[in-house]
Amino acid sequence: MSAAEGAAPAAPEGETSTASETVRRFVQGDLASLRVVLGLAVIWAIFQFENDRFLSAENLTNLMLQITAVGLISIGIVFVLLLGEIDLSVGAVSGLAAAVMAVLNVKHGWSPYLAILAAILVGTVIGVLQGSVFSRFGVPSFVVTLAGLLAWQGALLQVLGSTGSINLNDPKITGLANTFYSDTVGWAFAVVVIVAYAGIVLAGYRSRVAHGLTGESLTPLAIRIALVALITIVAVAVLNSDRGVPLALLILLAFVVGLEYVARRTRFGRHVYAVGGNAEAARRAGIGVNKIRIAVFALAGTMAAIGGILAASRLLAVNQSSGGSELLLLAIAGPVIAGTSLFGGRGAVWTALLGALVIGSIANGMDLLALSSAVKFMVTGGVLLLAVIVDAIARQQRQAAGRV
Amino acid sequence: MTTSTALLEIDGVSKKFGPVQALDRADFTVGAGEVVGLVGDNGAGKSTLVKTIAGIHSPDTGAIRFGGEQVSITRPQDATALGIATVYQDLALCDNLDVVANIFLGQEVVTGGPARATRQLDEAKMEHRAGDLLSNLAVTIPSMRTEVGTLSGGQRQQVAVARSLLGEPKVVLLDEPTAALGVPQTKQVLELIGRLRERGMGVVVISHNLANIFEIADRIVVLRLGRTAGEFQAEATTEEHVVAAITGVGGNDEKKDEEEGAG
Repeated sequence: MSAAEGAAPAAPEGETSTASETVRRFVQGDLASLRVVLGLAVIWAIFQFENDRFLSAENLTNLMLQITAVGLISIGIVFVLLLGEIDLSVGAVSGLAAAVMAVLNVKHGWSPYLAILAAILVGTVIGVLQGSVFSRFGVPSFVVTLAGLLAWQGALLQVLGSTGSINLNDPKITGLANTFYSDTVGWAFAVVVIVAYAGIVLAGYRSRVAHGLTGESLTPLAIRIALVALITIVAVAVLNSDRGVPLALLILLAFVVGLEYVARRTRFGRHVYAVGGNAEAARRAGIGVNKIRIAVFALAGTMAAIGGILAASRLLAVNQSSGGSELLLLAIAGPVIAGTSLFGGRGAVWTALLGALVIGSIANGMDLLALSSAVKFMVTGGVLLLAVIVDAIARQQRQAAGRV
Repeated sequence: MTTSTALLEIDGVSKKFGPVQALDRADFTVGAGEVVGLVGDNGAGKSTLVKTIAGIHSPDTGAIRFGGEQVSITRPQDATALGIATVYQDLALCDNLDVVANIFLGQEVVTGGPARATRQLDEAKMEHRAGDLLSNLAVTIPSMRTEVGTLSGGQRQQVAVARSLLGEPKVVLLDEPTAALGVPQTKQVLELIGRLRERGMGVVVISHNLANIFEIADRIVVLRLGRTAGEFQAEATTEEHVVAAITGVGGNDEKKDEEEGAG
């Protein structure tokens, strides 16, 4: 290899970003999540000021239970948004999956595990179907999933049959959203989370050092670990002072962490971002673009089904309005509010959790203030509009800066 | 600096798209450690020739020889397997991904051990190798973790070239590498092409900019109406001679070029 001598080395890795760089990233939306965390703090402060029960352990536990279903559905939506596509069927799919589970378990006496598995499979198959139609025939995902929305709502009514409502009584199913762990289990969970997070961060650092990529100092890593530890300890302490850490929250967190790993650290996740950023470039790089698309829609359908199962477990029933009303819009709005772009290629799985927290907090707070549905809808709509405008402005800023 | 044995040899290749004869018994060679400028008017067949070598089009007639052996290139993978890399004009980069991710796009390195089952990316190894690659080419990028969308046109071109070198090709085809670049950025890219030559690669540069071609090329091949209309040693000729070959002065009427189309 010639030409190396005398030439400046290619990459001063781990360059610390300057203050102006931070401002730019903030404006252009790369730090959207920080903006949303600040927004969430403001929302919590306002509601706490108006009603001091808002930040009570009991209400915060309720909030966690309220956001589980939407959060799970949003995780699948994040992947679809990363492709620059949309899935309007997830609400209807969640309702249909819950109905399948209820009918199989209650009417046909299937074991709860098999009924849940079948319901999840229904979501996966629907996702594969919609993804295939979208990618093979080039029908816009908007239209495919809009058709799906209608069709799966019809299927929900068909599956539920004449009664129109099925009550769930199997403790395995109702336990999903109604199980709380003891203080000891809660703290054990906290320890596991903190140790695992620290281990992963330090392993990543060691791998970089092993490849001669120094430059990243240990201080920011220590701060990140400390921050995660602090949040975990406070959250467990709050939840323990009420009913304990809920199983539903653990399910949500497990999916967020697991799929964040898939998105950020695996080849599949990298290809999802690539297809969302430049599908033609991805195709020329030898990536199976259609396979990625079908897999992502399958994932969205699967997560919708899982969300629907959790929602049914919490409601203790499945009825004709399961998966209906504003569930779909909230599931899409959450990640967008929290910084996942509608234009594809930018976002993160944990915005599903953050967005669900923001939207859930607004709904919960307005319930505490006994505001009417009319006001709630308008406020939530306003917040969504604001988030989409911020996303669009961030995109314009990027384009103005020569970034597409 | 021409070498006696050609690395890649195109011998009488023709390609027809419907009624349009895009390539008409075109001949072309490139040797190791040689930069060949491929020039011609719009629709002269430059892009078709490159796409034929890259395996996007297969030739109707004629032979392609690589390292002296006749080869059949029918798919892009065939060209890659032989050691022919192509950098297209639109670069095909993902602006939302960083430099490392773009260089390894579609060829990501995954970790060993139990995490291999999830196809976990080995980011540290990729960053290390990408860093080596870029520093060997003396390419300067602010940070390996910069989003490609924030880079200048010249830097993007250099990233695209670096990516094509990942498979250690023997021949690199560059389609309009300096189009839409400013003067300093053009200089960067031309220097990069010079370094590819130093590393013993055969480089084919397509460009409309004759000044750039004269600056970097050892040999200039002119295509006209799908045929090889002239071949010049860059040091022994002038722009006037090359332009005459491109436009076919003294011969056919010039409008015909445009009608041939299908670039």
